[in-house]
Amino acid sequence: MSDKLPVRRMAHYVADADEGGLGAVDAVRVSERKSNLWLDAWRDLRGRWMFWVAGVFVLFLVVVAMFPSLFAPVDPFSCQLSDSNAGPREGHPFGFNFQGCDVYSRVVHGTSTSLSVGLIVTLIIAVMGIVIGAFAGFFGGWIDSLLMRIGDMFFAIPYVLAAVVIMSMFLQNRNIFVVSLAIGFFGWPATARILRAEILRVRSSDYVMASEALGVSRVRTMFTHVLPNSIAPVIVLSTVGLAAAITAEATLSFLGVGLPPEFISWGNDIALAQNRLRTDPMPLIWPSIALSLTVLSFIMLGETVRDALDPKARALR
Amino acid sequence: MSTPHSSDAPRAVTVDPGTPLLSVENLEVAFRTQDGFVPAVRGVSFDIYPGETMAIVGESGSGKSTTAQAIIKLLPGSGQITGGAVRFEGRDLTKLGRSEIEDVRGKLIGMVPQDPMNSLNPVHRIGFQVEETILANGQADGRRAARKRAIQVLQEAGLADADKRLRQFPHEFSGGMRQRVLIGIGLSSDPKLLIADEPTSALDVTVQKRILDHLETLTAERNTAVLFITHDLGLAAERAENLVVMHRGRIVESGPALEILQNPQHPYTQRLVSAAPSLASQRIQAAVTGSADPLAGKLQDTTGTVDLASIAHTEAVVAPPVIEFRDVTKVYKLRGSGFRSTDFTAVDRMSFQVPKGSTMAIVGESGSGKSTAAKMLLRLETKTSGSILVNGQDTDELSRRDLQALRRQMQPVFQDPYGSLDPLHNIGNTVAEPLRVHGVGDAASRRARVLEVLDQVALPASVADRYPNELSGGQRQRVAIARALALKPEIVVLDEAVSALDVLVQAQVLNLLAELQSELDLTYLFITHDLAVVRVIADHVCVMEKGRVVEQGTVDDIFANPQQEYTDRLLQAIPGASITLGGR
Repeated sequence: MSDKLPVRRMAHYVADADEGGLGAVDAVRVSERKSNLWLDAWRDLRGRWMFWVAGVFVLFLVVVAMFPSLFAPVDPFSCQLSDSNAGPREGHPFGFNFQGCDVYSRVVHGTSTSLSVGLIVTLIIAVMGIVIGAFAGFFGGWIDSLLMRIGDMFFAIPYVLAAVVIMSMFLQNRNIFVVSLAIGFFGWPATARILRAEILRVRSSDYVMASEALGVSRVRTMFTHVLPNSIAPVIVLSTVGLAAAITAEATLSFLGVGLPPEFISWGNDIALAQNRLRTDPMPLIWPSIALSLTVLSFIMLGETVRDALDPKARALR
Repeated sequence: MSTPHSSDAPRAVTVDPGTPLLSVENLEVAFRTQDGFVPAVRGVSFDIYPGETMAIVGESGSGKSTTAQAIIKLLPGSGQITGGAVRFEGRDLTKLGRSEIEDVRGKLIGMVPQDPMNSLNPVHRIGFQVEETILANGQADGRRAARKRAIQVLQEAGLADADKRLRQFPHEFSGGMRQRVLIGIGLSSDPKLLIADEPTSALDVTVQKRILDHLETLTAERNTAVLFITHDLGLAAERAENLVVMHRGRIVESGPALEILQNPQHPYTQRLVSAAPSLASQRIQAAVTGSADPLAGKLQDTTGTVDLASIAHTEAVVAPPVIEFRDVTKVYKLRGSGFRSTDFTAVDRMSFQVPKGSTMAIVGESGSGKSTAAKMLLRLETKTSGSILVNGQDTDELSRRDLQALRRQMQPVFQDPYGSLDPLHNIGNTVAEPLRVHGVGDAASRRARVLEVLDQVALPASVADRYPNELSGGQRQRVAIARALALKPEIVVLDEAVSALDVLVQAQVLNLLAELQSELDLTYLFITHDLAVVRVIADHVCVMEKGRVVEQGTVDDIFANPQQEYTDRLLQAIPGASITLGGR
């Protein structure tokens, strides 16, 4: 006890007994709604207008990609050179390109190429990234070092350069899968790295230790506790990455090392139209708008998903 | 004076205190959230006079820290003062502008932050950080004078070799030394008021005592008023003349510290006082009735049970102890420079026995090896040498299958109630997990068992399909206990299981543990740094220092008559231990 004499005597004040709300200490209160990370994220997403705008647009794109003829009855391959660079007229709202093909029809039919490449690339990146990241994070030690150094090497190669090299190896049989592989093969290190970091974080948490102490095997712990709790950032990265993959395909096609001309692709059409940009810009502008809107809507979707999955971003709103 | 509760108080016993230094009047603070403003501090009023020490006591969420932050206008982003006034020497601090309040902070009101580990910038030398404050508060002009003053400040804060210490980085300092630096910084400009927000809650008890003693000397010399923010009623009563008890943003009781402790009036304060383990002096009774302790050798003579007791006694002597450590040692290889590694002995020839149905507490400060001992028993760490026996069987000689069976008998409860439950699994699945893993019963019988254990830990069945983040800390810890009980184990290893809980919740969980022990005849291995908790839950205690057991025995013996100087020091350091309460 302190030897100091109290300089004054403070009055003993007691609040009314009901003011404390003591019952709350004992009561087990369970909130009205169930909640965990995914339920909360969904609830949060539901309330965002950006999610609905982007989501509806993406859904629309998927329908267009699956049934392009519903939206553009004109055959994109029936081109008449007599229509070369003709302006819009009835039934052909966007006019014609240099080859005399209907621009509107080509834009609509190009949707499926872009979306397929985007989805396949995302799948490749996610699978490779998750497998490699999980191995590195789970086993640690030299396996981790080896996989991460390989990832660093892949990181160091500019993906356009790498894709150009791969594509020139497949000059004869280029198709959507080859292009997707060329883009996706170099995209996994970022995903692997993020997943590995998450796994390391989750692995050191008490619930993983608790699970091991209960007698759960390490592999089972990995699948029931570690992976489900580490996967959220990978999902975020994938949604944003989908947009990047679509751009990458357009870039490769524009450079002439993407899809061959038999495939209708926005990148191909933009490349084709750029020669006559000054005299006739419209065949270039339409596929560019389609590309931008698609990429934008995927990025918006990715952003909203990221905000919804990140409780900190949610609190700031 | 406009303070409502002191208007009819008998003022000034010996000295006329004059005007208050700090006068908080009807302070209201609210936080902006998605659902609008949520009040955190509601109508709080108190005065601090020059040289006085005042403590605000409360549980987490009571608004005690928010009050302190509001005084110096350091509320986090979404917080706002929505009403009332904070008068410091007559000036209303809530009305001051940014630059004016910056003049008050540091110079007139010093601050000692809560967490010494994160409160110093790791990339700057200690000297730079101390000098920075000195220059900012205009305590010295020029670098050289600032350095001189910095050495002086650290010397006063109780650091030897202050001039050498200035060139070191924070990571070269222990927690206690960092807190000394922070106290030095807080007091460097001779402020009139020092706000200390949980200044020692991250430190070991013996370090806590030394730091607080030193702080008391320093502030007494300078006649600095101190505002303590703490959750520990014992500590508050020992260090402060006056107390303010806060609960859910309001003051429920305030007045002279001893008077409140010995004669609490408000029902909340009464419960807080009776729940504070540092102030209790007895083992929770529920456990003692069921399991008399054979090794203690002094069975209480309850009427008519002499025969039964002696029978129980002989039986217990024949039965081997449930847990036995024989010379268990754990050596870690620490990576040194290059490829060489140095040995670090975390646990050094540890031996103890735990009889069935009793609680063995392993106490020690951080780094004493107490958690390593628990992890070796749970087989989360492998021991280097020695043997661990469970029910008389050496665990090294067990087959894989027997080991799995052993895991069934031995269940853990960990420290952090926020970290030990998987956030993506609902409570029902979490509690059922050990049953599933060990292949016990079918889905329906597992579900029934889950509801049964949830009931045992006093949680409603509706919790089963909820997720951890919907529950409070105490509720989560009960879920962790329920999970440990699901397999009907004999042994429960509790690693700092109540350390992160608020006092009232801690008392609830400790009572629950004691009840379960007498009901199910459980054996507990209780790892804790808190000797006060040991007194209320344990039968035996093992005191560890730097990997070695320095003393062990029954709790009564050790508390009454510690043989080792270290144990004595630990006991002396329990805050509030010297305070005698009325009615006990």
